[in-house]
Amino acid sequence: MAAESSLSDFLISNLTEFWQLTGFYNATWQHFVMLAVGIFFMYLAIKKNFEPMLLVPIGFGILIGNIPFNTAAGLEIGIYEQGSVLNILYNGVSAGWYPPLIFLGIGAMTDFSALIANPKLLLVGAAAQFGIFGAYMVACALGFMPDQAGAIAIIGGADGPTAIFLSSKLAPNLMGAIAVSAYSYMALVPVIQPPIMKLLTTRKERLIKMKPARAVSQNEKIIFPVVGMLLTCFVVPSALPLLGMLFFGNLLRECGVTTRLAKTASNALTDIVTILLGMTVGASTQATTFLTKETIFIFALGFMAFIIASASGVAFVKLFNLILPKSKKINPLIGNAGVSAVPMSARISNNLGLQYDPSNYLLMHAMGPNVAGVIGSATAAGVLLGFLA
Amino acid sequence: MKKTFLLLLIGVVGCLSATAQSRGGLCINEVMVGNENSVVDDYGERNAWVELFNSTYAPLEISSVYITTEKIAPGDTINRAIAYAVPLGDVNTRIPKRQHIIFWADNKPTRGTFHTNFQFTLGEENYIAVYDADRKTLIDAIVIPAELKAGESYARKVDGVGGINVAEAWEIRNGEIVDGVEKYITPSSNNVIKDTNTKVETFHKLDKSGVALTVMAMAIVFSALLVLCLCFMVISKFGARINRTNKIKSQGLAPKEVATKDLPEHDSGEVIAAITMALHEHLNAHDTEQTILTINKVKKAYSPWSSKIYSMRDLPKR
Repeated sequence: MAAESSLSDFLISNLTEFWQLTGFYNATWQHFVMLAVGIFFMYLAIKKNFEPMLLVPIGFGILIGNIPFNTAAGLEIGIYEQGSVLNILYNGVSAGWYPPLIFLGIGAMTDFSALIANPKLLLVGAAAQFGIFGAYMVACALGFMPDQAGAIAIIGGADGPTAIFLSSKLAPNLMGAIAVSAYSYMALVPVIQPPIMKLLTTRKERLIKMKPARAVSQNEKIIFPVVGMLLTCFVVPSALPLLGMLFFGNLLRECGVTTRLAKTASNALTDIVTILLGMTVGASTQATTFLTKETIFIFALGFMAFIIASASGVAFVKLFNLILPKSKKINPLIGNAGVSAVPMSARISNNLGLQYDPSNYLLMHAMGPNVAGVIGSATAAGVLLGFLA
Repeated sequence: MKKTFLLLLIGVVGCLSATAQSRGGLCINEVMVGNENSVVDDYGERNAWVELFNSTYAPLEISSVYITTEKIAPGDTINRAIAYAVPLGDVNTRIPKRQHIIFWADNKPTRGTFHTNFQFTLGEENYIAVYDADRKTLIDAIVIPAELKAGESYARKVDGVGGINVAEAWEIRNGEIVDGVEKYITPSSNNVIKDTNTKVETFHKLDKSGVALTVMAMAIVFSALLVLCLCFMVISKFGARINRTNKIKSQGLAPKEVATKDLPEHDSGEVIAAITMALHEHLNAHDTEQTILTINKVKKAYSPWSSKIYSMRDLPKR
């Protein structure tokens, strides 16, 4: 009898202990909110086709990161617990080495011909970076410290890897919210940008036809990454990890003798890093650290930064047109592409151009400011890092 | 032959650059000659100490460097018998980035890696220097003034800042408050303790609205991209000129024979596509193509990952 009693006590105590380890026991309402956010992201990606390559890993990562468990049990499974598998994978984000690898892939898959053929489009990419600094000023006004404001403002660059890279250096505690915000708005580019573009342009301007870009020789394509890296990194050395890898990837693509390396960088490597980056960024948004007042501010500021960036790109083209001869006028619909959401924002310029004139293909022209935006946002990140780190 | 020479050159340059990394980032950071109430060593004794600092942002291995009190003329070699060679094989001789390490000047080298074979004399001028493994390359040195009393340390004002033997960069520390700042004795820690990011604090104080940073940053971003833009305008002009010259040459004409206005600077892709399409429609002409554009579904089972040819090296050409 006594033996039966001790066995039942043993079973009950073990089952109780196990119950205390389960997600049901440790769940809070914040966890369910975050799980709903994760499912919503996956819904947007799978059903609405909004940046599925990013939102599926992030959405599922949010689910992984928000499974409630007893953190005091020492199971070493949480993303913030040193030595756990997720923590090891998260090192690429926290130490900032995933973003440069992504940039290597971006460089290896980007054709800079449109930019080389028409270098003045680089200035459109520079102008769109005002979104970053406009948001910086607002963040300062809201009481954020300059380093935190800089990390939040980089969302306006519409460049996920850059946002992660900079926030991991300037404000690691806000990185999860910044990364999710940046990727969310990048996915929502087709919703956010067209109204701004329509608002800031006249029908006449939207109908401007640009001359087809000239053919660019292979020598120019080889010189571009070398000169581009040297010039931009001499001005802003703190952008070296991003710009160095971007231009290196592009050289692999264009030099013609490293085709296998370029293929690996642009396909297998980028895919692997994108999976790991998206999943770990999603998993880093744990309910306890994510659902705060700061996160709401970050999302609001990020949205504003995006709008300012898109608007300043379009406004700059309009201003630029005032000094350009009639034959070289630029269609302001490509100004929005100055944010570096490649190639989504260039596609939007093209689609909107076709709406007003079915024979006006703006895609290749918009790719110029679009890739200039990548260079511009990495440069802006380097400048912020130089000033505030 | 030419290729072999080039490869050899690359190898030599590679070797030279590999050995170019020196231990110049190592510096003497703080010294105590008379230890009355400071740190004790692992034998529970208070001895004079020398703090070395890795001023770089990378780990620094200091084994086989020499610490000596011998003063020599530049270019001479220090006496191995007098100097203390930091032993090989101790993992603790690798100093992490921006960190410190303490050596005891107790003349008891048998007590361990960090116990040296020399001592200082209180009340007299002392000299200490660190030499690289070649015993000729001076890494750092400092003359410790005779007025340094027991219980006082002689330290760099800012960690790692100031050249070799520059007395202005050093100060005596005894825990007293000078100009509102307490001059701590800081063995194995920073001489200047930073609790905030001064850059961020300055921006927060002087540029609350963020306008100044915005103006500066936008100016830098614009300048960087403007320089790139101008550079590529020039390159594209040269490129166009070279293209035109090549085209004229290929047509067998002298440049002067062809009026510039008759030749378009560049053929656009659209023009080339239209001409090609017209030729194809008219003549059904093909050249040798690597790629075929088709609307038919093509199944490609081949993958370079499984191809043996990519894992084999080219045979040398004779």
